[in-house]
Amino acid sequence: MNLKNFAKKLRLEVLQMTHLGKSSHIGSILSIIDIIAVLYGKILKINPKTIKNKNRNRFILSKGHAGAAVYAALSALGFFSHKKLLTHCKNNSTLSGHISHIKNPGIEFSTGSLGHGLSVGSGFAYAGKLKREKSKIFVLLSDGECNEGSTWEAVMFSGFHKLNNLIAIIDYNKLQSLTTTTKTLDLEPFKKKWESFGWKCLNLDGNNIDQLEKKLTKVIKSNEQKPFCIIANTTKGSGVSFMENKVLWHYRPPNKNELKEAIKEINNER
Amino acid sequence: MRDNFLKGLFELAKKDKSIFLITGDLGFKIFDKYIENFKDRFLNVGVAEQNMIGVATGMALRGYKVVVYSIANFATLRCLEQIRNDAAYHKANITIVASGGGYTYGALGMSHHATEDIAVIRSLPDVKVFVPSSGLESYITTKKIINLNGVKYLRIEKESKYKPIQKRINISQGVYYNYGKDGVILTSGGILSECMQAEKSLNKKKLFFDVISINTIKPLSNLLLKKISKKKYIITVEEHNFSGGIGSCILEKLNELQIKKNIKIISIKDRYSSVVGDQQFMRKKNGIDSKSIKNKIVNFIKNK
Repeated sequence: MNLKNFAKKLRLEVLQMTHLGKSSHIGSILSIIDIIAVLYGKILKINPKTIKNKNRNRFILSKGHAGAAVYAALSALGFFSHKKLLTHCKNNSTLSGHISHIKNPGIEFSTGSLGHGLSVGSGFAYAGKLKREKSKIFVLLSDGECNEGSTWEAVMFSGFHKLNNLIAIIDYNKLQSLTTTTKTLDLEPFKKKWESFGWKCLNLDGNNIDQLEKKLTKVIKSNEQKPFCIIANTTKGSGVSFMENKVLWHYRPPNKNELKEAIKEINNER
Repeated sequence: MRDNFLKGLFELAKKDKSIFLITGDLGFKIFDKYIENFKDRFLNVGVAEQNMIGVATGMALRGYKVVVYSIANFATLRCLEQIRNDAAYHKANITIVASGGGYTYGALGMSHHATEDIAVIRSLPDVKVFVPSSGLESYITTKKIINLNGVKYLRIEKESKYKPIQKRINISQGVYYNYGKDGVILTSGGILSECMQAEKSLNKKKLFFDVISINTIKPLSNLLLKKISKKKYIITVEEHNFSGGIGSCILEKLNELQIKKNIKIISIKDRYSSVVGDQQFMRKKNGIDSKSIKNKIVNFIKNK
């Protein structure tokens, strides 16, 4: 699969979905599109046939408000129809704004309240180690989510138990609900925090497909005895210039003209 | 009740390798025998209840039957959203065992008074609620519910000395501790002993009551309610707040079944207690000891 084309397709889908469903969080969704494209396009090896394997890789979107990105990836992989995908956030749809697994095949876990996903991922990882499985557990968190105490309970737990089958990816776009992370509750020194809790930690450009592909491939082959934390430096609203780094797009769905503008921009590839 | 829960758990764990015990750093010494025999199926997650339920959910979704243990308020209120969003929504097989129901830890202060747990937990869809009243019930309940799918809440505490008078016990249909012609006292938990004593003193006034441990608070049996509603007087007694507790769930069920019946709810008033003492003292102070129960029943009958 051409991952860059996949990411482009996902961007177009989520813009359409949030426009039609009049739903929020497009900034957060675009922020993780490249990560989602690399995970579902290459790393996870999940498809409608492998999803029932007990020792499959598992992915939890802990920042559940960006569910549209995962729905779009799953639909592209054949888990459900495109017609269903476009019901996102509409009346009577099961594709809720915050990710839900019920009647939505391919989704491992439902979230929406921040600070839940890493604990559950730790439970998956702990069970995986007891069962001596080789599969990996991926949990994608937001930076704002690292304000939650429960996130750090899970960080401490998995570090202590050396859950080296667990990989946390932080969508570090440095913008949360109202303003920047530095003005809200500064996470720095972020890498050091994770390391001091017993994690192996690395930084990368979370909107750079090549880098993501290269480093994630390396991480899943690593013999490291610690859980991995990948701090993915990202841009909120990535790929649509007028949405980039603007808190407004945490809330507003694109209207007809904005959608047209955004599609044009993505198709012309900056 | 705790010993009987442990006995039931041990017997199940011996036969079923999918049973896994998690504690939130509580249960000094009580798990020694379990750990000795099943050390790979035990985990102390530390003082971190939110993570405890999250990890338990992850493991349950990977095929384990997870039993989590903590003191009642920590196992419910502290991690309520994890129980709701993670465990219950995903129908994870988790049995939450909450020790110290009601005023078990009366002297330790309001943080340890577990007097809203039933209301809070039973308001969660799909979560089943069990409150045994004796050691035997605790054992039977443990053995039954760990194998049930989804989230179960088991509230245990100091048990009463009383034993059921039925030979065959079906915990979903109420457990009888006394038979009486005039009315019925419905209760759950260690406070059963106060109900038994109250019933005995009512005998002197020629009043005789059934004393029934409901045990299975949720799902509450229609059959049981239809049966008891034929009695003249219905009394509920609980070591729990007035709002949302056992009295409430009986009223809800009567409404659902469209049975018109005036019942008397004996419970803790809707307030916190800053005054402390042992369980017996706390019951007396809050009007749920045997003497208060007796007097409240007599008044109820007089005014009816």
